[in-house]
Amino acid sequence: MEQKTNISIETDNLSLWYGKFQALYDVSSRISQNKITALIGPSGCGKTTLLRCFNRMNERFANVHINGEVKITGKNIYDPDVSLIELRKAVGMVFQRPNPMPLSIYDNVAFGLRIHTQAGRINRAQEAEAVEKALQEVFLFDQVKDHLKKRGTDLLLEQQQKLCIARLLPLKPSILLMDEPCSALDAEATEAVEDLLRTLKEKFTIVIVTHNMAQARRISDESIYMLKGQLIEHSRTAELFLTPKDKRTEEYIEGRYG
Amino acid sequence: MNNHQPEISSALFTATVFTRKKQRMQRIVGIVFGIMAVAILIPLFVLVTYLIIRAWPSLTWDFLTDVPKNGMRGGGIWPALVGTIYTVTFSLLIAVPIGVMAGIYLNEYAKDSWFTRIVNMAVVNLAGVPSIVHALFGVGAFVLFAGMGKSIISASFTLAIMTLPVIIVSTTEALASVPRPFRTACWNVGASKWQTIRTIVLPNSISGILTGVILQVCRAAGETAPIMFTGAVFFKYVQRGDFFPYHLNEQCMALSYHLHTISTQVPGVPEPMLYATAVVLLGFVLIFNSFAIVLRVYMRNRKKW
Ligand SMILES: Nc1ncnc2c1ncn2[C@@H]1O[C@H](COP(=O)(O)OP(=O)(O)O)[C@@H](O)[C@H]1O
Ligand SMILES: [Mg+2]
Repeated sequence: MEQKTNISIETDNLSLWYGKFQALYDVSSRISQNKITALIGPSGCGKTTLLRCFNRMNERFANVHINGEVKITGKNIYDPDVSLIELRKAVGMVFQRPNPMPLSIYDNVAFGLRIHTQAGRINRAQEAEAVEKALQEVFLFDQVKDHLKKRGTDLLLEQQQKLCIARLLPLKPSILLMDEPCSALDAEATEAVEDLLRTLKEKFTIVIVTHNMAQARRISDESIYMLKGQLIEHSRTAELFLTPKDKRTEEYIEGRYG
Repeated sequence: MNNHQPEISSALFTATVFTRKKQRMQRIVGIVFGIMAVAILIPLFVLVTYLIIRAWPSLTWDFLTDVPKNGMRGGGIWPALVGTIYTVTFSLLIAVPIGVMAGIYLNEYAKDSWFTRIVNMAVVNLAGVPSIVHALFGVGAFVLFAGMGKSIISASFTLAIMTLPVIIVSTTEALASVPRPFRTACWNVGASKWQTIRTIVLPNSISGILTGVILQVCRAAGETAPIMFTGAVFFKYVQRGDFFPYHLNEQCMALSYHLHTISTQVPGVPEPMLYATAVVLLGFVLIFNSFAIVLRVYMRNRKKW
């Protein structure tokens, strides 16, 4: 791989256990800044688990034990002085099922700003401006500008997913993690979200878990193939799909394309 | 031999014997359950009508606002009505903050450990303790040990202890019913636990919490035993229509206890008065109950997930 690009996320011999079950084995990877990196592999291979290591979400589950390092822009996020709240501002996550909060569209996007600013530090106009900007960035503003008071949960699924991306943006994250963000969407909506991701990567590092090989090929710059908790292969997407170095990657890709 | 042959019906898609049997069963079940539903309404309806008919001669505005006269054989029930409002209000002021905070702690903060399991089990079991036991506890703890004597404040504390478990349980249940993805969403944008609770969890569970609280209002108003030994008094002289007749360290009259005394301790009370007192007590409870239902429906329509 070229070494010119900056590294955004770096894992170093990362292992993870759910209780006694080891879900990740010595994963070492370097994820480039302002690229889309796809995590692919069979169901249960640990894609979601790896993704959740990048924002320390695994700690929400009982009995999780981690060994190794995850560095984000050079800083190990498992260091004791790391504030989870600051970390989550910098690393946003989008889930499989859109999960807007039971608030208005406007409040969904303003939510992050409000909880991170002390009272009086931001006025209504600034807030409205930030909300509009975030909705513009996900191409949602024109569709919802006349009913910003409507509930986020009443939108179409595609719009909900875009809203879930938009609500991360006012916090100015550097990384967006996406766990199969299109699996609840139909083909057209998937395409819309993919277009969105292509524009977003200019500003953000995007890591996307997908079980859809075609999608990985369409949108990602680099791909990581995982199997049984191990990182098997990490290379440019075109290379990984056309000339996989590892036999197991080749078998998987062939299998998925029939 | 041909056990496994499907039954052949004469035409396509007509009901087979088995299908007809299922349909019949379905109808029977529907009817039986319907009867059960009506059957629980009938006694309530009969009870209320009967009470109102018997109470009718005494059911006047004056009956509510007047004080008892002729050694409780005439006049109204004002001091008892105000007394009930006093004890219920103060018991709520004690029980609701404690109960809701405990419920929030148990559901949102406490980790699953043997300690929280014991607390949860204790709470559930306390909810089933008979009120007379709470009464005795109240006598021991508040009247005697804490030196509050027989007073409104002792009675309120006793009622609070009695209502706490259900308030805690309904709070935890209401909180637990808020879908997890909402919490994940908050967590994901860096909200603290308390910010999540305040902005998302509480607004979406408040109707459940309030319903639990209101049902406990009814219980606190209706129970006789817990106040009988801790703060209720047979008779207290009060001005007609006076809203603030009692000090908290005094005893007060109360509807449930008043009904108990005039029906068992005082000979010669006119019957309509007995029934009218019962109607007022029941009305108090029904009004609060319907308030709980209206609130629940209103809140449910407001929240659409
Ligand atoms: N919270 C959890 N507790 C215990 N085991 C888990 C948990 N989450 C995932 N696992 C296990 O870890 C393995 C990897 O899961 P996951 O990362 O979700 O896989 P993928 O996203 O690739 O399908 C699976 O075997 C799964 O059963
Ligand atoms: Mg997964």
